[in-house]
Amino acid sequence: MTAHSAERTDSGGVITRDEVAHLARLARLAVTEDELDTFAGQLDVIIGSVARVGEVAADDIPPTSHAVPLENVFRPDERRPGLDQAQALAGAPAAEDGRFRVPRILGEEQ
Amino acid sequence: MTTASTHSEPELVEFDDVVARFDPVLGIEVHVELSTNTKMFCGCPTEFGAEPNTQVCPVCLGMPGALPVVNRAAVESAMRIGLALNCEIAPWGRFARKNYFYPDMPKNFQTSQYDEPIAHDGFLDLTLDDGEVVRIGIERAHMEEDTGKSLHVGGADGRIHGADHSLLDYNRAGVPLIEIVTKMIPDTGARAPEVARAYVTALRDLIKSLGVSDVRMDQGSMRADVNLSLSPSGSGQLGTRTETKNVNSLRSVERAVRHEMSRQAGVLDAGGEIVQETRHFDEATGHTRAGRRKETSEDYRYFPEPDLVPIAPSAEWVEELRGTLPELPWERRKRIQTEWGISDEEIRDLVNAGALDLVEATVAAGASSQEARSWWVAYLAQQANTRSVELADLAITPEQVARVIALVADGELTNKLARQVVDGVLDGEGSPDEVVAARGLKVVSDEGELIAAVDAALAEQPDVVEKIRGGKVAAAGAIVGAVMKATRGQADAKRVKELVVERSSL
Repeated sequence: MTAHSAERTDSGGVITRDEVAHLARLARLAVTEDELDTFAGQLDVIIGSVARVGEVAADDIPPTSHAVPLENVFRPDERRPGLDQAQALAGAPAAEDGRFRVPRILGEEQ
Repeated sequence: MTTASTHSEPELVEFDDVVARFDPVLGIEVHVELSTNTKMFCGCPTEFGAEPNTQVCPVCLGMPGALPVVNRAAVESAMRIGLALNCEIAPWGRFARKNYFYPDMPKNFQTSQYDEPIAHDGFLDLTLDDGEVVRIGIERAHMEEDTGKSLHVGGADGRIHGADHSLLDYNRAGVPLIEIVTKMIPDTGARAPEVARAYVTALRDLIKSLGVSDVRMDQGSMRADVNLSLSPSGSGQLGTRTETKNVNSLRSVERAVRHEMSRQAGVLDAGGEIVQETRHFDEATGHTRAGRRKETSEDYRYFPEPDLVPIAPSAEWVEELRGTLPELPWERRKRIQTEWGISDEEIRDLVNAGALDLVEATVAAGASSQEARSWWVAYLAQQANTRSVELADLAITPEQVARVIALVADGELTNKLARQVVDGVLDGEGSPDEVVAARGLKVVSDEGELIAAVDAALAEQPDVVEKIRGGKVAAAGAIVGAVMKATRGQADAKRVKELVVERSSL
């Protein structure tokens, strides 16, 4: 069952090397030991800066997800022209049989 | 977390033994692809089977600067599904980005709903084969988008294992998807596999009746993920669950639950631990095998989708949609049962045999419900079985069955001839009338012809004639048989019998 308790990472703390390593693994990025230290420090500064916004928000101010107070913007279920196959693949680093070609990135199935 | 228990193959425990010692707890997630004209957030078509990457645009390819806009019809379909499942419709909710790095979504995230699903807290009542009703709690139904299709090249049988590289087709990326999640389903015991199948069946029928999806499991427009855990009987402790993904037929749902119960019991018996993971169901073996270790919800870094504004359905809109709900499957069954005057058991048999639609269509084409039922659940069901096809896939239409029934009612065919006509239709010889003509299957109604046949048979068996004359009317059966044989079964046996008695006493 989909877990959907509203647990989120509390970004007020310090970003550790382990967290950077975990993020890198999720993102399938190869990060060296030295880079772990560099990125941990850099990310910490970024998150710390953003966290300062929270300091000025009073308890009665809800978190904002959208800058513009709009709701219910829909489009009718009507087709619109898209790209053809050649256009779609034009920017792809590699293509084969009309498909985007990507390296094998995971050793297991999704 | 250790990996040991995923890789060693445990002994499977006999199913009866599993349920004697463990309580299974089920949870089922079903993904339904909506049959809208266009995708969830862009105007690309959603047709199945198009040439790869021909139903794509900058939005569903995740190109920089593209702006998604929600498909109104998809939102309405989601709400109708929620209402039909007795859910509350959330008065306000947002989409969220589910971030992950896998090339099936070119955006590197899937647009979904996280803690603000459009529908929540409903239920669906199921009737099992023996009439027991089980209420399945619905936790939520939320909107999301389907992913692209991956083709793994270089490995064995298209699996990623051992593959060299992968090819992506994004035609399906962005197709509207509704994910329906049950609450935990406890206390099903030995019936867990049956309940799982019955739930997916009932959900399929419900969604089909709403006309919002074609719910074809074989084409992937409906897919089930089965969560299962075991807890020692009576302990009340919740076990660790596994999630078996993309189980693609009703039968597989049942098999996957059954297998996973046996496997988990084996792991626990051996002192192992169940690992929370995704497993894949193998149609060929009926077994599940370990897949990806499940990422935690936190790993997806869900956050509100900034490019899509919140959805806030007004009470009026919700009520308007409620008013568009068609007759739902259980309401329809109740109505049909009353109209045809049949018992709970009889309607259940029709439903279980997959015959309800067919019988209803046959009745609509003019047949009596009794005749229509009798044909579909007896002779035609038997033919479907012999030919190893589903009843609905037999090469005969309800209209054709109704025509055969009418021919019998008019005295043009006997029941026996009618079965031959049906055989002819099933064998592709044409419509019932064409088969009657081609095979010469009309009842011999020419009285002169019949009398000649009766007289000929009587002449051949003078001893029987003596018996009949002596009052042994039952002896007429031998003559009737001979006449039926001579007319290749095309005579009305009742009339033949009358004639035999009449002619033998001359």
